[in-house]
Amino acid sequence: MSSEVVGYRRDGDGAHPPYLYPDYRATRVRAPERPLLLLRHTLSEVTGPVFGHDRVDAGEADLTAQHEGEALGERIIVSGRVLDEDGRPVRDTLVEIWQANAAGRYHHDVDRHPAPLDPNFTGAGRCITDAEGRYRFVTVKPGAYPWKNHDNAWRAAHIHVSLFGPAFATRLVTQMYFPGDPLFFQDPIFQSVRDPDARERMISGFDLETTVPEWALAYRFDIVLRGREAIPTED
Amino acid sequence: MPGLTPSQTVGPFFAIGLDRDPRANVLVDDPGALRLAGTVFDAEGPVVDALLEIWQANGAGRYAHPEDERSDLPLADGFTGFGRCATDAEGRYEFRTVKPGPVPGPGGRPQAPHIDVSVFARGLLNRVVTRVYFPDEAEINAADPVLATIEDPQRRSTLVAQAEDWGLRFDIHLQGESETAFFAV
Repeated sequence: MSSEVVGYRRDGDGAHPPYLYPDYRATRVRAPERPLLLLRHTLSEVTGPVFGHDRVDAGEADLTAQHEGEALGERIIVSGRVLDEDGRPVRDTLVEIWQANAAGRYHHDVDRHPAPLDPNFTGAGRCITDAEGRYRFVTVKPGAYPWKNHDNAWRAAHIHVSLFGPAFATRLVTQMYFPGDPLFFQDPIFQSVRDPDARERMISGFDLETTVPEWALAYRFDIVLRGREAIPTED
Repeated sequence: MPGLTPSQTVGPFFAIGLDRDPRANVLVDDPGALRLAGTVFDAEGPVVDALLEIWQANGAGRYAHPEDERSDLPLADGFTGFGRCATDAEGRYEFRTVKPGPVPGPGGRPQAPHIDVSVFARGLLNRVVTRVYFPDEAEINAADPVLATIEDPQRRSTLVAQAEDWGLRFDIHLQGESETAFFAV
């Protein structure tokens, strides 16, 4: 084996948000203040956890059917592909999602928003991408909710999405938003992504093709993880 | 070429999706396992809503991943090298694992044994990444190519765990005077 590994490309276009974004208050006490140290990728960073299909039950991708009754709300299908920056599918990778219920309430002790809990909705799902990098969840459209960050602050409706990709270096946690949300302008978590094109990439698209007539609407959300650096040619 | 999907915070409610397996912090399930534990702090005190993830080689220095092609090194059954732990009401976390063996680094030089760590939390728009090094490896740590890139000895020392009678303590300071050294990965 060659002693030099091929690393993953860096975020040259500034897609990711800064650590410190003062409008999002919690960053003020948690953002590191010293410059990050550049870590040249080693075997430790180009490897990462491997999740087999055997560890995830197919039923975990349907968030509306995890309890005795059906979850309340507008039923939606959220699907898309996980790709790398070269457009190649990221296959066999774990996708984990969590979200508020249709009323904007999380199934979590810390959530004090006085909106109803739905006993038939926990709000967590998992699946593994197929050979084309595709994933698909059935869920309900999450509600917006207030969060006290500033006066009359409301989070734009979103679904949290966590991905591993092939390596420690490709780990990503993001949020998927819905098209046309009137709350974007005042949501500093959404606005923390400074590049408007990059911000746009967090917004799912209405996906008529995937809707199921008489049953569910659909949104498409493709996710792009880091691509690999060019493999050096042999002299 | 498609553009990267930006990172966003895990928020305060990640446990719903990411902290569902109470054994996710146990990489090695035997009484002799190494206890690696500590507290996460921000500028105001312990962080009670952080999620830590670790990634490491096994005791022989092999990663359970297809790109580690050193098939002469054993892969222990069931050792994934990955662990996850949410901090508790005091900001503490704990993993049960094994000290990893050495793995190759830049130029074929061996790296000192280390564990890669990601921290996610409300208020972190991106994860922070650090490494745990081992206090009983002073000589090998001194020659480590990654540690060597950190000029300030105080900052370098934030990456070396402290030996306790129960195991290893590795506290993480997101901000402030004792800020942990974090990497741009």
